[in-house]
Amino acid sequence: MLSIKNLQTSVDDKEILRGLNLEIRAGEVHALMGPNGSGKSTLAAALTGRDNYNVTGGQVIFEGRNLLDLSPENRAREGVFLAFQYPVEIPGVSNINFLRTALNEIRKYRNLSPLESKEFLKLVKEKQKLVEFDVALSNRSLNEGFSGGEKKRNEIFQLAMLEPKLAILDETDSGLDIDALRIVAKGVNKLRTNDNAFIIITHYQRLLEYIVPDFVHVLYNGQIVKSGGKELALELEEKGYDWLKEESKERELV
Amino acid sequence: MSNTNEILERLTTESYEYGFVTDIEMDIAPKGLNEEIVRFISHEKNEPDWLLQWRLKGLHHFQKSEMPHWQNFRMPEIDFQSISYYAAPAKKTKLNSLDDVDPELLATFEKLGIPINEQKALTGVAVDVVFDSVSVKTTFREKLQELGIIFCSFSEAVREYPGLVKKYLGSVVPYTDNVFAALNAAVASDGSFAYIPKGVRCPMELSTYFRINAQNTGQFERTLIIADEGSYVSYLEGCTAPMRDENQLHAAVVELIALGNAEIKYSTVQNWYPGDKEGKGGIYNFVTKRGICKGTNSKISWTQVETGSAITWKYPSVILRGDNSTGEFYSVALTKNRQIADTGTKMYHIGRNTRSRIISKGISAGHGSNSYRGLVQVGAGAENARNFTQCDSLLIGDECGAHTFPYIEAKNNSAIVEHEATTSKIGEDQIFYLKQRGIDTEKAVALIVNGYAKEVLNQLPMEFAVEAQKLLAISLEGSVG
Repeated sequence: MLSIKNLQTSVDDKEILRGLNLEIRAGEVHALMGPNGSGKSTLAAALTGRDNYNVTGGQVIFEGRNLLDLSPENRAREGVFLAFQYPVEIPGVSNINFLRTALNEIRKYRNLSPLESKEFLKLVKEKQKLVEFDVALSNRSLNEGFSGGEKKRNEIFQLAMLEPKLAILDETDSGLDIDALRIVAKGVNKLRTNDNAFIIITHYQRLLEYIVPDFVHVLYNGQIVKSGGKELALELEEKGYDWLKEESKERELV
Repeated sequence: MSNTNEILERLTTESYEYGFVTDIEMDIAPKGLNEEIVRFISHEKNEPDWLLQWRLKGLHHFQKSEMPHWQNFRMPEIDFQSISYYAAPAKKTKLNSLDDVDPELLATFEKLGIPINEQKALTGVAVDVVFDSVSVKTTFREKLQELGIIFCSFSEAVREYPGLVKKYLGSVVPYTDNVFAALNAAVASDGSFAYIPKGVRCPMELSTYFRINAQNTGQFERTLIIADEGSYVSYLEGCTAPMRDENQLHAAVVELIALGNAEIKYSTVQNWYPGDKEGKGGIYNFVTKRGICKGTNSKISWTQVETGSAITWKYPSVILRGDNSTGEFYSVALTKNRQIADTGTKMYHIGRNTRSRIISKGISAGHGSNSYRGLVQVGAGAENARNFTQCDSLLIGDECGAHTFPYIEAKNNSAIVEHEATTSKIGEDQIFYLKQRGIDTEKAVALIVNGYAKEVLNQLPMEFAVEAQKLLAISLEGSVG
């Protein structure tokens, strides 16, 4: 589904990603871990086409298309979704109206007719239930006055509504209490299918107890320095990142 | 960053949809302002002598007046002698029905989407159509007359209801009020007149559509709305003009009178030609609008969506004379390219237990400059006056400006006056968030701006709220980041 080859990205002329490689197939969940500043969020920004993140080299193929050639909105319409680390507030724009606009824009791109009100509301109800999203929040302004946890849960609700092929969760677990974490994880698990894939960026193994990944990667200094199964997350929890930093330094010296 | 700036650049420099010119035979007065012209206008309109005398007083006052100097923009030089003060489609005979109206004119309003033909009209909206200096057509007149409601052009009102006009004309905005009010008194062209009798709730929206067409002319309409005891009326005005390189002056006066327990809701969707992106051309929209809540429990509510004009300079105000009366002002003013808006309101609390509410939302894009200027005045006898003011500014890009000049004068200790203000910027992060959900930049900006302005747009009559939303979106097309 997604093939990242030798991706290099800089911000303000500072190189952050230095030749990152990653292959993701449909049906897989990949966890991306690593110390602060290793480039995890930069990867999310580069894949979604954020301004100021300049891709200076490498290639990203998503479902057979060169992702980097597409505008941010077209990447989203192709099926790339980012659950933001810090979801923004947009006063006066109702959550529902926003979702309807988004959904219909995506449908238009795929040559589908817009959803009728009735169908749309049915879908909203269904997805609200699926990810246990508070009905009252759907009708409020987009994220305005939401608690940190509510904003994160809203990201998962949007994920459920828009049904992307690839979902990138950027530290969705940060700032969540244990109950909210469980609900978020439960939602994600329900949305997992054989046709979609997830990249879960996190600092903690805790989330991965609930959303069990197929692969765990460690990002350090703009590269993936180690990949493994779900046990790798446990090992990191126990040993920290220092041993990996040492290893990668040694490699560089060689 | 560069990306956003490019989009911004594009969004803030978009073309004007209503800029076409109607080619029609016109009677246009020679340029210049003098007693002869004032007499000519009055004669053209078959006016009674008292009105001519009033016009002449206005003219003499204007000739003595100086331009104001307190505004937050450089006042352009206006050569009042190079303007023609009267322009009307050439009349062959008196218009009795739509069939007598020049087809060119009908086509013009068709193109503007104005329902001049009652069969095609929006249900529940009566329209008075003003083309340059004259009213072309007022729809649903007969139907309204059955309820005793008078809705016609100002000129007709002068002929048919001179008593009402004489009693109220200039009673809220005297010709001595300011230089443009004096000018308007002297050369007032057509506007609308409405009278709602006692206890009648006007069943449809009354609206006036103003169109400037002729070159080197100004529009100086006079509108007078009187709501008698216990009545209610909702009135809406819309305006457009062709694209021209020279500036054109629009100096209107609107007076509202609400008697006891009456309510007037006055909405404006102003889309005069704003000039091109370098600031060439455009309408100078220098307007005096004021209402008086004369009776107890009366209410006047102004709502304005200002997207057009090179310069918008106006302060729709309410004099809260009656006890328990209420004044409201809801405003969205959008400036882009080189547009300037210096707008706000004045609330004069005179009666007891009077209330006012001011919600102002400024949006500045491109090199636009947006100023809110407001006065809340509580008189010595205005026991328990209350005011709430919220004044928000939204900036798009980093080359525009937003300013606020709130004045509060309270002479009664029981007054409670609140003022809240915010300034925000459409963030790149907000736009990116929406783009990441599949919404392109233009739609994203439209969503954000409409969300920001929602509190004001909600005050508009339903049919027009949708139009206003579209207008905001179109005005910003090609312009935001």
